[in-house]
Amino acid sequence: MRNTWTLYCKELKGYFSSWVGYVVIAFFAVIFGYFFYVATAIFVNSSFQSQMMGRGMPMDMNEWVIRPLMMNVSVIGLFVIPMITMRLFAEEKRSGTIELLMTSPVRDLEIILGKWLAATTFYAVILVISALNLAFVFIYGQPDWKPILVAYLGLLLQGGALLAIGAFISSMTRNQIIAAGGTFAVCLLLWVFEWLSSYETTALARAVSYASVLTHFEPFAKGVLDTRDMIYYLSAIFFGLFLTARSMESLRWRA
Amino acid sequence: MIKVESLTKRYARTVAVNDISFEVEKGQIVGFLGPNGAGKTTTMRVLTCFLPPTAGTAKIVGFDVLKQPLEVKRRIGYLPETPPLYPEMEVVEYLTFVGKLKGIARADLKQRVEEVAERCAIGEYRYKLISKLSRGYRQRVGLAQAIIHNPDVLILDEPTAGLDPKQIIETRELIKGLAGDHTIILSTHILSEVEQTCQHVIIIDKGKLVATDSVENLTHRLRGSESVAVEIAPRDSALDPVLVRQRLEQVAGVSRVIQKDRRDSRLVFEVESQQGRPVRGELARAVVEAGWNLNELRPVALSLEEIFLALTAAEKADATGGAQ
Repeated sequence: MRNTWTLYCKELKGYFSSWVGYVVIAFFAVIFGYFFYVATAIFVNSSFQSQMMGRGMPMDMNEWVIRPLMMNVSVIGLFVIPMITMRLFAEEKRSGTIELLMTSPVRDLEIILGKWLAATTFYAVILVISALNLAFVFIYGQPDWKPILVAYLGLLLQGGALLAIGAFISSMTRNQIIAAGGTFAVCLLLWVFEWLSSYETTALARAVSYASVLTHFEPFAKGVLDTRDMIYYLSAIFFGLFLTARSMESLRWRA
Repeated sequence: MIKVESLTKRYARTVAVNDISFEVEKGQIVGFLGPNGAGKTTTMRVLTCFLPPTAGTAKIVGFDVLKQPLEVKRRIGYLPETPPLYPEMEVVEYLTFVGKLKGIARADLKQRVEEVAERCAIGEYRYKLISKLSRGYRQRVGLAQAIIHNPDVLILDEPTAGLDPKQIIETRELIKGLAGDHTIILSTHILSEVEQTCQHVIIIDKGKLVATDSVENLTHRLRGSESVAVEIAPRDSALDPVLVRQRLEQVAGVSRVIQKDRRDSRLVFEVESQQGRPVRGELARAVVEAGWNLNELRPVALSLEEIFLALTAAEKADATGGAQ
């Protein structure tokens, strides 16, 4: 456990001692800020209109602002995740420091867990940036906070799953660009799988659509906590980390 | 301390290490010698549990690399060919990180880091970023990293590669200073390095063990005869090489005389004699009595270069002989 903690601290610090971490945060802050502005502007506009048309009931902030925003974060996440995971293993393999880790009295699993937890923490830091924007919604309105919390849990789970897959892809190469490209391709596929269900209803289409991360995020965005979706994400995390462990093992037998 | 038995490591198509066995005693510095691509790094990687062996066993302090890797890893310090450094870390930060990984107790960590920084003479660069250090200092940080947990066995892969002459001498001194507390295996393809730092040498070529012996024994064993270099200068008249050679050959115990060089009017000969028969006194007298000046009389030691060539040549001869 201590080894995991040691690696976790080193890895997390690594994000903030190079420009990558700051670039990713800035990238996310700008894009999310834009989406937030657009979503609130539309909301303000349409609530003015509905008042002028004489509708008494105020519009639901959770439904009109927060839910679409959370869906947006989930999609931006697909772009951010490759940037977070690309260096995890690829950099260590390129610079040879992987030899230090693998000849230290540390289990492979401790290395993988430390790295993955650090990546997930960094992703959580990014999510906090988005929460800063949402603080304004609370200042000027009274949205329900419980669905927001559920949505963030969903984002974290989705992030964790994709980060585990990214870690696996990073462990297969010594080139960060390939790691990022590969992770992005997989993230994108897992996202667009969802489209299949919109025009096909065969068993295969449903199975493919089930594999999509987006299918399972929608309930979270609505504030619905469904164990099926949680199990999907948890098993994706487990699967990703399992593959990473196998990949590290093969590094020993092959290299 | 280290026991390797018929170790073999096969990659997809090539055999990197082929049936190697050797043992290393406690406190020794052992030179692991071979040309590039001989299998030195592979053997070291097996010893450090980075790669599993295809066949055979390797034991470090009685622990098997395949069955008890964690126990082995606790007892070895390893400096790979390129020091495994994180350029974005400061020296102390890096050593602290490695110390934690190697399982040093939190209470002792700070002191250990100071100790190894002092020992490897990187004290004044303590708070510098590793990316700002020169090649020589990076190597020292790499060495500090390897000894931080006071391991029984130190495995150094080409510790002096890429350093300038002054740094090479400093690194060698550092390594010599570490012997005694640690058992050290260092690999190199520079033969003089082994002569200078190691007591024992293991020579491999193309994945096969060629020889394992102490440095002196090896020189002794291969040298069937002893040779002496003699430089002779004229006193009155010019020297006749043929005459001088004949005179030298007449000295008792001399088996062969070869003229090596001619510098101005001086002549240089290499005189071979049967082993265990001192001829230097006789040679000196013969030269002086003939009325020449004796400028130099120096025993020629067989260098490791020659040993290496002799050993690998013998191996080749065996192989072709076997084929016929």
